[in-house]
Amino acid sequence: MSETREVPPAEVPDEVAPEPAGNGLRAVLRRRLTETTTWTFLILLGIVAGFAALRFQQFATVFNFRNIAADASGLLIIAVGMTFVIITSGIDLSVGSVLVFSGVIAAKVMLAIGGEGWGAIGAGLVAGLVAGLAWGVVNGVLVTKARVPPLIVTLGTLGMALGSALLITGGIDVRGVPLQLTTTIGIGQLGGVPYVVIIAAAVTAVGAVTLSMTRFGRYTYAIGSNAEAARRAGIDVDRHLIKVYALSGLLAGLAGMVSLARFATTTIGGHSTDNLAAIAAVVLGGTSLFGGIGTVLGTLVGVFIPAILQNGFVILGVQPFWQQVAVGAVLIVAVYIDQLKRRAQERGERR
Amino acid sequence: MSEPLLEANGITKSFGGVRALRGADFAVHPGEVAALVGDNGAGKSTLVKILSGTLAPDGGEIRFEGRQVAIEHPVAARELGIETVYQDLALAPELDPAANLFLGRELVRPGLLGRLGFLDKAAMRRRTNKAFADLGVGLQDTGAMVANLSGGQRQSVAVSRAATWVSKVVFMDEPTAALGVVQSAHVRDLIRRVRDSGIAVVLISHNMPEVMELADRIEVLRLGVRVARYQAADTTMEQVIAAMTGALGSEEGEVA
Repeated sequence: MSETREVPPAEVPDEVAPEPAGNGLRAVLRRRLTETTTWTFLILLGIVAGFAALRFQQFATVFNFRNIAADASGLLIIAVGMTFVIITSGIDLSVGSVLVFSGVIAAKVMLAIGGEGWGAIGAGLVAGLVAGLAWGVVNGVLVTKARVPPLIVTLGTLGMALGSALLITGGIDVRGVPLQLTTTIGIGQLGGVPYVVIIAAAVTAVGAVTLSMTRFGRYTYAIGSNAEAARRAGIDVDRHLIKVYALSGLLAGLAGMVSLARFATTTIGGHSTDNLAAIAAVVLGGTSLFGGIGTVLGTLVGVFIPAILQNGFVILGVQPFWQQVAVGAVLIVAVYIDQLKRRAQERGERR
Repeated sequence: MSEPLLEANGITKSFGGVRALRGADFAVHPGEVAALVGDNGAGKSTLVKILSGTLAPDGGEIRFEGRQVAIEHPVAARELGIETVYQDLALAPELDPAANLFLGRELVRPGLLGRLGFLDKAAMRRRTNKAFADLGVGLQDTGAMVANLSGGQRQSVAVSRAATWVSKVVFMDEPTAALGVVQSAHVRDLIRRVRDSGIAVVLISHNMPEVMELADRIEVLRLGVRVARYQAADTTMEQVIAAMTGALGSEEGEVA
């Protein structure tokens, strides 16, 4: 049924309640200005401008920005998946471990096939992606069918994925990744842009379009906003949530492959705080932990705030540990602002 | 009077040891407002949930346009042309009115983009504005989140959604409970207009003056069974309340 039903028109189209707003440019601008994303983007611009003013020669160079972007690419890929999960009012703590697990599986498969060919690399990539996807499906099924809270499910799979990776490798990083992978994808560039940055940018673009323009994105928002309403509207909530967690796992698998390409080893011990970094980036970007609100572009901003702070502090000769302090503070402020807005809305409900 | 559009006969439902419905009957005809009234615990909400597909009955039969049907899921109700305005409205507060109106029935773009799931937001916005204009809902900022709307505006969005998609029966569970005087008058007006378009409206309300004003017929539930039916025009509020509270015996009301 898709035809709108004709109902006799109202005689007096009076207002239910006066609301001094319009659909014009002003209303749009006002909405934009109250969005957390806008503020964090301004903060990012301020940070960049600040470092550029202090150390223009070292900071504002193509070389430096290329490095920042390449360093942030893995985190960005994970954070795009995390954005979808958090908008459904879920959480995925397992991404760092799934990244490591997928990297180990990919490396083992490439080693087993042997040689330097793209065939081995392709097989490794598929194996890594499937491994990530599988963990994501496990997360999604446990969250929806077993009704275990996502925080606990993904805390459990965090341990299980990392433990499994350690069991497979005996705790020793897998080396001997095909040289072609590291020399092309790992450090290679296309028109001055590193391949890993192109991959991350493509994931971000597809993620942003999917979230904002497709039915998949609309269901993601609707479930985070009011899962019961979505269910009553005929949306298969469980199935959609499984897909969202599967997406997060798949992207963690892809990030594992990117990590392999960059470091030529599985870096088993190097991803224990990836989950928290991704959550921080998503929340900094204006996505609400309560669900229903968020954008991929915001997450992009949220990934680069810590990355640029870190880089700038190193250049300035400030102890880089300050970056953690600064990001922690900004994160708390971002969530505080989100809370203030929620409270204002709840007051509005009682109007 | 015409054949009932939707008819429930001898519906039973228990929750653990509590018998919420003990063989309840109910009927609604096209183009009428049938009020379903009863004291707290009479089984109104349970009956509505069964007829709108959110609860499964233990026993009894449901007939729709004369044939027996099973309404096992809200989607099944929707396919029969039955819509419900839930008491909690069932809106997604972070989405805008258009997204809520089309929730679960999103329009996609034509062609390949549509097959990839790309939404036709402009068409949905256009049809939402038209639906609001037709129903006399004044909402200037249709791009705002539902969370930023007043209680009356939210109620209007929920009622408009049901009115847009309904083709046969609409259930309205306490549609004016949270509203002020002006806003309830507006929603009542909306309900009348939906009825005048030939839809069967089932009104669940505690507000007796409102029931007397809006309803064409009144069906009274008490302790899980129907105890009386009235033509609203031929009855008084006192009679209805007597039936609700048990001052009147079972099925003693003038059967409509």
